[in-house]
Amino acid sequence: MTGWLGPEEWQAVALSLRVSLWAVGLSLPLSILAAYALARWDFRGKQLLNGVIHLPLILPPVVTGYLLLLGFGRRGPLGGVLEEVFGLVLAFRWTGAALAAALMAFPLTVRAIRLAIEAVDPKLEQAAATLGASRAWVFLTVTLPLILPGVIAGAVLGFAKAMGEFGATITFVSNIPGQTQTLPLAIYTFLQVPGGDGAALRLVAVSVAVAMAALTVSEVLARRAAKRVAGG
Amino acid sequence: MSLQVEITHPLPGFEVNVAFEAPGGVTALFGQSGAGKTTVINAVAGLLRPQAGCIALAGEVLYDAQKRVNLPVHRRRLGYVFQDGRLFPHLSVRRNLTYGQRFAPQGATGPGLDEVADLLGLSTMLDRRPGALSGGEKQRVAFGRALLARPRMLLMDEPLAALDAARKDEILPYLERLRDQTGLPILYVSHSVAEVARLATTVVVLEAGRVVRAGPAEQVLSDPAMVRQFGLREAGAVLPAEIARHHADGLTELAISGGRLFLPQMDQPEGARTRVRILAHDVIVADRAPEGLSALNVLPGAVLSLREGQGPGMIVQIQCGTDRLLARITRRSAEALRLAPGRSVYAVIKTVSIARTDVAAR
Repeated sequence: MTGWLGPEEWQAVALSLRVSLWAVGLSLPLSILAAYALARWDFRGKQLLNGVIHLPLILPPVVTGYLLLLGFGRRGPLGGVLEEVFGLVLAFRWTGAALAAALMAFPLTVRAIRLAIEAVDPKLEQAAATLGASRAWVFLTVTLPLILPGVIAGAVLGFAKAMGEFGATITFVSNIPGQTQTLPLAIYTFLQVPGGDGAALRLVAVSVAVAMAALTVSEVLARRAAKRVAGG
Repeated sequence: MSLQVEITHPLPGFEVNVAFEAPGGVTALFGQSGAGKTTVINAVAGLLRPQAGCIALAGEVLYDAQKRVNLPVHRRRLGYVFQDGRLFPHLSVRRNLTYGQRFAPQGATGPGLDEVADLLGLSTMLDRRPGALSGGEKQRVAFGRALLARPRMLLMDEPLAALDAARKDEILPYLERLRDQTGLPILYVSHSVAEVARLATTVVVLEAGRVVRAGPAEQVLSDPAMVRQFGLREAGAVLPAEIARHHADGLTELAISGGRLFLPQMDQPEGARTRVRILAHDVIVADRAPEGLSALNVLPGAVLSLREGQGPGMIVQIQCGTDRLLARITRRSAEALRLAPGRSVYAVIKTVSIARTDVAAR
C-alpha cells in the first residue's frame, strides 16, 4: 500500500481516517443524546437546539470554520480554557480537524438517529418499565437495541461527511501536511502543483474505496440489526 | 393482599371518579368501551398520574396526590399484561420471559422459568422470536413475562380482546391455572361478560367513569339491576358447583346448592370444584314441576324479585338453594304465571344450552 501511495499521500489517508474515526466516535454518544432529546423530550428552547444543531448543514463551511477559529483558537474564549485546563490545543492541529469534522457531521448523524428513535413504539418502553426496568435500563435494553440500525446508518453517514470535510477544516486548522492536511485537502493541494494529477487521482481512488467500504459494512450491520429488531 | 383505589381524573367529556377495593383473586373491572377502565388500570400501574386520590397495595401507598407520593412505574412491581402483547421484538421468547427477573428484588419468590413455561405451554418455543409466534402464543408469553418479574399483583387490560374466539378458548384455561396456582391477585379489565363470568371472583362495574356496582362475582352477575350493563343477551347467573359424577351416556352431573345439574361431558375429575354460567335467556320458568319435558334440569326455587325492562320482557331473579338464577321471560308469561316475590317456581334449563365455554375451573 505504501509502495503504491507516496509517503505524503499515505500520510493524508491515515490522517483522514484518524480524524474521522475520532470525530464520529466522540460525537456519537452526544448525537444519540441530542436525537433522544429532540424525539422524546418536551423542553423550552427545543426549537433553538434543533436550529443550532442543524446550523453547520446550512451555513457556508467557511463560516463554520471561521466561527470555530474565533471560539477555539488559542486566543478564543473556549480554546484558551481547553489549553489551560486540559492542555488541549485545537487550532492548526489534527484535533481541531476532528472537531471541525465532528461539528459538520453532527446534524446528519442526529437526523438519522432521531428518525430511528421516533420509530420506536413508546409502548414497548412502558412495558419494560412495568417489568421493573428504570429509565436507564429501558434505554439500554429496549430503546438502544431497537435504534441500532439507525445509529449505524447515522455513524456511517457522519464518517463519510467527516472524510470529505473541506471548507471548515481548511479555515479552522489550515492545510499543514502531516498535521491537518486531510484527504480532500491533499487532493486540492496536489491539483495546485504541476504534475500532481497522478497523486490526486490515486487519492481520489482511495476516497472512493473508503466510501464504498464504509457503505457496505454499514449495510451489512444494519441489515443484521434490522432482522434482529423485526423479531424474525 | 388487597388493592385500594380511590381516584379522580378528568377525561375529554367526562370525569373518572372511582373508589373500590380489590381483594385477592381476580377482580374484574367491567364496563363498555370508554367507561374509564384503562384509565383506572394505568393509574394503578403508574403509567398515568391521576389528578387526585390515592392508590395503595397491601397498605403500601403507590400514589397519594395530597401527600405527593408517586412511586415510579418500575418500582411498583405490578406485572402488566397489555391488550397488544408488547413483546420485545429483538429478544427471544426466553429472554422476553426472563426480562423482568434481573430487576426483581433479591428476596422475591415466585415460579421459575421452567415452571412458567410449563404452566403456559411455552416450553417448545423458548428460542423463537416473537415475530414467529401466533397471536395467542404471543399473549401467553406476555402472561409469563409479567409473572416472572415477580410482581406483587398482575394487571391485565383486555388481554384477550385482540384474539379470535378460538384463541380465546385456547388461552382461558391457562388464565384459570394462573389464577389458581399462583395465588397472585389480578386486576382484570374487560368488556366481555363471558370472560368476567369465567374468571372473576370480584366484579366492579364501571359506567361513564363511576362505579355502579361492586361485589363478589356471583352476586353482581346475578343482580337483575345489572342486566342493562351486561346486556340482555349476556346476562346470566354464575353458580359454584362440584362435579358429582360422569355418566356413561356422556353427561356430567354437577351438584349445586339448589339441586343437581346435568351438563354435556366435562373434563374435570369427579369431586373437582367448578362454576357454571347459566344465561338468563336459557331459563324457562314453570309454576309447577313440569312433566313430559325433554329438559333434564328442573330446579325448585322461589321468586326473589321481578324487574321490568323497556320491551316486552322482564328479568326474574330466582333463589335456588343459596344461589340466585336469572331468567328472562316475557311480561305476558309473568302475568299468566302470576309471578310475585315469594312464589315457588321451577327453573328449567336445557342441558345442551350450556356451552363448554360457560363452564370454568372453579
